[in-house]
Amino acid sequence: MILDVHNVTVAYHRKPVLWDIDLTLQRPSLVGIVGPNGAGKSTLIKAILGLVPLASGRVTLFGQSCQKQRRLIGYVPQRESVDWDFPVSVLDVVLMGTYGGLGWFRRPRRAQRDWALECLRRVGLADLAGRQIGQLSGGQQQRTFLARAIAQRAEIYFMDEPMAGVDAATERVVFELLGELREQGKTVLVVHHDLRTVAEYFEQVVMLNMRLVAAGPTCTTFTHDNLAKTYGGRLGILDDAAEALAARERSV
Amino acid sequence: MSWPDLATLDASQAFWTIVVGAISNTCCAVLGCYLVLRRLSLLGDAISHAILPGIVVAFLLTGQTASWPMLLGAATVGVLTTVVTHALHASGNVPEDASMGVVFTSLFALGVVLIALAPSNVDLDLDCVLMGRLEEVTFPEPWLGFEVPLKFPSLLAVLGATAAFVALFWKELKIASFDPALATAMGISAAVVHYLLMGMVAVVTVAAFDAVGSVLVIAMLIVPAATAHLLTDRLGWMVGWAVVVAIISAVLGYLGDVYFDTGVAGMMAVGAGSQLLLAVFLAPRHGLLSKLWHRFMLALRIVSEDLLAVLYRFEEATSETRTAGVPWNLCRRVAGGGLAAWLAAPLLWWRGELRVAAGRLWLTQQGRRNAQSLVRSHRLWEVFLGEYFQLPLDHLHESAERIEHFIGPKLQERLASDLHQPGRDPHGKEIPVVKDADNDTSRGRE
Amino acid sequence: MIDYNTAVVLAGTSMLGAGAGLIGTFAVLRGRALLGDALGHAALPGVCLGFLLLGRRSLAAMLVGAWLSGVLGILVVAGLRRATRIKEDAAIGIVLSVFFGAGLALSRYIQTQATQGSKAGLDSYIFGKAAGMLQGDLLWISAAALAALLAVVALFKEFRLVTFDGGFARVQGWPAASLDLLLMGLVSLIVVIGLPAVGAVLVAALLILPAAAARFWTERLGMMLVVAGSFGLVMGAAGTAISAHVSRAPTGPIIVLVGTCLFGASALFAPRRGAVARWIDHVRFRRRLRGQAMWRAVYELIEPRFPAIRPIAIDELAHRTSYTPAQLRRVLRQAEMNDLLIRRPDGRYLPTAAGLAQAARVTRGYRLWERFLTEQPELTSTFARLDVESADSALSHEIVAELEAALRAEGRLP
Repeated sequence: MILDVHNVTVAYHRKPVLWDIDLTLQRPSLVGIVGPNGAGKSTLIKAILGLVPLASGRVTLFGQSCQKQRRLIGYVPQRESVDWDFPVSVLDVVLMGTYGGLGWFRRPRRAQRDWALECLRRVGLADLAGRQIGQLSGGQQQRTFLARAIAQRAEIYFMDEPMAGVDAATERVVFELLGELREQGKTVLVVHHDLRTVAEYFEQVVMLNMRLVAAGPTCTTFTHDNLAKTYGGRLGILDDAAEALAARERSV
Repeated sequence: MSWPDLATLDASQAFWTIVVGAISNTCCAVLGCYLVLRRLSLLGDAISHAILPGIVVAFLLTGQTASWPMLLGAATVGVLTTVVTHALHASGNVPEDASMGVVFTSLFALGVVLIALAPSNVDLDLDCVLMGRLEEVTFPEPWLGFEVPLKFPSLLAVLGATAAFVALFWKELKIASFDPALATAMGISAAVVHYLLMGMVAVVTVAAFDAVGSVLVIAMLIVPAATAHLLTDRLGWMVGWAVVVAIISAVLGYLGDVYFDTGVAGMMAVGAGSQLLLAVFLAPRHGLLSKLWHRFMLALRIVSEDLLAVLYRFEEATSETRTAGVPWNLCRRVAGGGLAAWLAAPLLWWRGELRVAAGRLWLTQQGRRNAQSLVRSHRLWEVFLGEYFQLPLDHLHESAERIEHFIGPKLQERLASDLHQPGRDPHGKEIPVVKDADNDTSRGRE
Repeated sequence: MIDYNTAVVLAGTSMLGAGAGLIGTFAVLRGRALLGDALGHAALPGVCLGFLLLGRRSLAAMLVGAWLSGVLGILVVAGLRRATRIKEDAAIGIVLSVFFGAGLALSRYIQTQATQGSKAGLDSYIFGKAAGMLQGDLLWISAAALAALLAVVALFKEFRLVTFDGGFARVQGWPAASLDLLLMGLVSLIVVIGLPAVGAVLVAALLILPAAAARFWTERLGMMLVVAGSFGLVMGAAGTAISAHVSRAPTGPIIVLVGTCLFGASALFAPRRGAVARWIDHVRFRRRLRGQAMWRAVYELIEPRFPAIRPIAIDELAHRTSYTPAQLRRVLRQAEMNDLLIRRPDGRYLPTAAGLAQAARVTRGYRLWERFLTEQPELTSTFARLDVESADSALSHEIVAELEAALRAEGRLP
């Protein structure tokens, strides 16, 4: 049992953001979390990681509480809150991914540095290692944070809208990477914003609208019915998504 | 205001004043780097005000500040201030800046009242609170065989503690300041690091209290760090520069007191502020003047290249241009006027790309080559836009005008090969072939 | 009877406090509280320069100097923020400390050059000395307080709009920038006028404390202004009265401490937003959530074999909900006392008829919500609330009837 979310409720001033969420993950997989704005997708990840208080419920990761499993968790938070003036270089940021394994007080050494450079190479940013992060483009910044996530050598990764606001080429790079992680037997949960690519990228899907609408393998769960239950009457998106589904079915 | 003879200054007092000042400033500056980066400057301000009642009570009880129990008490008060401010904001929904304002004005007011109510034989007064008394602290006492001021050993200890703190927690401070959510998710609790930092700030504030008083501690926490932030893009260098600025401020403070008789602490703040002002204008990458300079140099480069391109296009249009040249005024107007345009022609002449005579300009061989490369970039880009984006003809020129200056030889090669060596641009103009100077092989057509 | 001087001072500080409370409300809501602090500290060099240039203690000269120097400080903050990568909080701290340092240096310089009297005179601008207020000063203060009051009354809706949503105001055609400037101008006026009474270091407290305290009592801006103004008035009056008895302490800190007491009392005991009230509410809320979870679990355990009722063990309940047995014990005991559950000798619980009805009611309410949210997901954020037990109270009868029908069809309606 990789992840067990039981009866989790998160509220902000009495308004529920997540209500009675029950979710389990048994096997390593690539999971997409979708839902309309304000549906609680980011909050679900933060609740699992213990970054927001739970009004009720409990979460276990690999059978233990999150606090005990920090070493196994990789987290790529949303990009907006970063201070781009902070005096760190790209390599510095990726090195931060190794801090969890070092523990308190110890410095990153040669081995960590080499590993960080290797991660940068995998995302194609090796020659920008010395740049200050504010000087990078949006897609390059996102790839830096991905490299940091890889550097964490975690067993389970949580990514919050990694594809928001990046170009198509970076999006491709991101998903190739995620595929590699999946092949290595890791689990990746991704909050995803684009319904049209869900079926293509994720083998499991979690559909959220404050409550868990549906969760399971994409082919059986990502249906028109469930989409209607998650998004309500927002036809534009649904039509696109439905078309994508139909196109996939036709091609199979 | 007379200029005292330097020889008559008491060297020992000068030395110790500067040293004590420099040590307290350095401690503040180092921790201040993290406050500034994490946008907690005003929390540092709050803490330095908030410890005042604690200092007064300790002074009334023990007769001295900066003793060990006092420092420990200060750390606790510092953490408490942070906690209360945070609680007011998070649970009480008081806006963050207002909650800081409430906490520190109240505590500071309490401290001032305590001082005023203290029996008159107690040697602590309001002036001291504000400005410290660096002028008096240099009373030599024997220590380890040396003659040092009373506060020196404890200041040295605090400096050691600060250095140890920052060195030991270097990476924890870095990640908790940069990305607290990630830090917590990784097991490096950002909250713990935060409270440790605030505790240290309180300790350093108490130690510096004798030197600069509690109000000017803020200057030493924030100004050197802000100055350093303008000077560098690496955290390690930032801390280093902050220390340098702090030490210089101590020296300037002492000198200011000697020459103007104003008290050391005030002049230290002014000294730090002046350094900040200098950095704002002159910092190599982030200073205003250097930004202006870079912008001007860029404009100059662009206008020079435009001038060459204009001459080349004239030559294409009419063959007599090669012999007759083009009037300078016409060139300048077509290339875009301004100061940069006036400087462009002399610059190009000095580089040997232009010939000037009787108010007219000619391209030299080298100038023509550079112009051809530029025009080549321009027209290749137009072909690229036309083919891949299907933009209409009248959309191509402006984009190419802007980008041509930034297409280097490598990108030019790639464009040319990707587009299969086109001969003409979408307007029908010939794409020039650039001959290499040395071995006369031409780029673009094999 | 109070003597004339004391009356003057009392009147002065009261009006100052009231004006500060009014203007401070907007400053705090706008997030400009600490800018007021920077203004206060930055005004000090101006005071000293005013003294130096005129050679004597002239209130007008020093206040004009204070105002100019304070405004310069604010401009520097804005300049630093706009032109460099220095952030706003650091810019405020820089201006605050450097200008104040310059002011302290100047004041020291003045003290060593001039006579004894000047020291006390300048000190009063740092920590305040309301007792030194003369009738002439009172005129200035009343004028300023009156100006503040008039501005707030006349431009109430404009200030409110600009404070709440400047972008919207601009789009609607209001001169948001000028209004903002006017507001900052009033803030600087209050700060400068407050310098002789409360001193540069603590003048920000005049702006912040009444407004922050008032926020706990009301949700409406108009009422907040009234409360803040009153608190400010009390602060000024009480502070001055107390400080008159304790002549050694400067007035400023005592006024501030009175304000702190008002703030503390508000923060703790205000009816809905105070800490005590919210803690009680929070405890009740968690208890209710736990109770609801327990009753739902009871129902779900009994449902399969209904109408046969079987006793339930605590561990089963703990397993179904996410609470530990220890957490559930209190709720169970409460239910026992209300005769909703009977505790059997073997430790298991049996619901009475009333208990069963309770369980059914809670479960019905929950399932109605569940159904509603599934049917109408786009309305979730509008309607969902954790403290409303049943959808009955939030939704119309027709919708509830529909939901019930759907549940009945599934066999899930309790």
